[in-house]
Amino acid sequence: MKPFDLSQLSRAHEVRFASDEPADEKLPWPQFTVADLNFFYGPHQALKEINLIVPNKRVMAFIGPSGCGKTTLLRTFNRMNETIPGTRVEGSIRLGDKDLFSFPATRLRRVVGMVFQKPSPFPKSIFDNVAYGLRLDPSIRRNEIADRVEKSLRRAALWDEVKDKLHQSANGISGGQQQRLCIARALAVEPEVLLLDEPCSALDPISTAKIEDLLFEIKDLCTIVIVTHNMLQAARVADYVGFFLNGELIELNRAKQIFQNPEMQQTQDYITGRFG
Amino acid sequence: MSASYPPLSRKITNLVMLALTGLCTLLVLAVLLTILGYLLWKGASSLNIDFFTKIPAPVGQSGGGVENAIVGTLKLLALASAIGVPIGLLGGIYLSEFAGGWSAFTIRYTTDLLNGVPSVVMGIFVYTLVVLPMHHFSTLAGGIALGIMMIPIALRSTEDFLRAVPRSLREGGLALGASKSETIFTIVIPAAIYGIITGIMLDIARVAGETAPLLFTAFGNLYNSPGWMQPTASLPVVIYNYAISPYDVWHKQAWAAGFVLLSGLLVISVISRMVLARGKKLSHG
Repeated sequence: MKPFDLSQLSRAHEVRFASDEPADEKLPWPQFTVADLNFFYGPHQALKEINLIVPNKRVMAFIGPSGCGKTTLLRTFNRMNETIPGTRVEGSIRLGDKDLFSFPATRLRRVVGMVFQKPSPFPKSIFDNVAYGLRLDPSIRRNEIADRVEKSLRRAALWDEVKDKLHQSANGISGGQQQRLCIARALAVEPEVLLLDEPCSALDPISTAKIEDLLFEIKDLCTIVIVTHNMLQAARVADYVGFFLNGELIELNRAKQIFQNPEMQQTQDYITGRFG
Repeated sequence: MSASYPPLSRKITNLVMLALTGLCTLLVLAVLLTILGYLLWKGASSLNIDFFTKIPAPVGQSGGGVENAIVGTLKLLALASAIGVPIGLLGGIYLSEFAGGWSAFTIRYTTDLLNGVPSVVMGIFVYTLVVLPMHHFSTLAGGIALGIMMIPIALRSTEDFLRAVPRSLREGGLALGASKSETIFTIVIPAAIYGIITGIMLDIARVAGETAPLLFTAFGNLYNSPGWMQPTASLPVVIYNYAISPYDVWHKQAWAAGFVLLSGLLVISVISRMVLARGKKLSHG
């Protein structure tokens, strides 16, 4: 995969990845290339003609008012929407250079991990929560599991807090710890991408800060796409920010650009709190 | 600002409602305690070691017990569970996780209808289906009748507890690359297992007291019933037979058998509540 131009971020249908194209900033290869994407819940169209590129090993944040389609887009990246009856996708998404829909869903979701809004630890021990994804993969040897559980918990900055109670119920730890456990659980299978759907909306500011620190730590390991309602959070963690409104991608740019000098009036109105 | 808050009228309403709800609670408790106490009072003189270890004595002789009926009831319940639990469990899993729209409606509706079938009709049904072709009453027939009666509640309670598992847990499993069936068997069912076990225990307790379906299937027996192909005594039928007999000794034993049966059901129900409480504790930390 070739590097591409920042100005092409929201023009995926025009990108040709030619080496002679002018580029003012070289980005790593595209993790997701979304072209002319439409998404429907029954008769309701939730996403309209979305074109964007998610760069590899960067943090991209989606912002916008509730119901604008940002979570829907996130959930098409790991095809979670397929589990909801009556949904329909049009257009194309590529993961790297492969068609997203050519993967078996179970394999895709091991490459594209996801953390949800509400901490949702399984009613099992802390250890078994992190080992869950590892145990699904027959190619991972049983004696590797303990090491990889520890590694994931360390990455999620949770190891020191839980190392003495690995075999206690995951429901016994605090909400912030549970959410970091869910991140550790997703990281254990070493995904290429981590999708986060408002991961801090149910947490207090201290837990939120811990998770944001954690995102900084892991952004070298995987591409991160985060949906958030907290614009300060988007400004703190994201390299790129996409603003969505009514199912359309209004603007996509470097985070600094979006927050300091947005091109579109709607973006300006949203980030200054005039609506939303 | 008035002098007293809340106003007097609200205080009176509060008192009246509190008294009414308290009275109703007491009434419910009193009924249960009265039944238990009455059974004990009437049957206490028959409650001794012999009652649990001896088979019935011939009329006119004192002593004897209902050991054969206790064993018979346990065998009937074991057979009923072997039939009703797997069908109810798997049906509940199917209904909660796989059935959609038309098929779910049909299964739910027919199950509820099956639950409403009078137990005496269930007895006649199994009599026609099992007893007539075999030409004799048996533990097998009684177990089948109770087993069919167990299915609707086992199925619907399994379904209810599975549906109560939050969507976030299912999505959490799928998001880690588990298939739908892996998610169901490794996350959803373990999360609901205490509830499911509780539902099944209460279901067993419910059919343990059924009399009508056993009258034409297990029938009754004054002796121990070897194997599964002979008629067998059971506690509910013993109570029925003894209670309508003209002998005072048997009346007393019927009261005692009633006490034993009710105590057994109470124990099952208390244990199942404890199982559920333990499950809640485990999943809420």
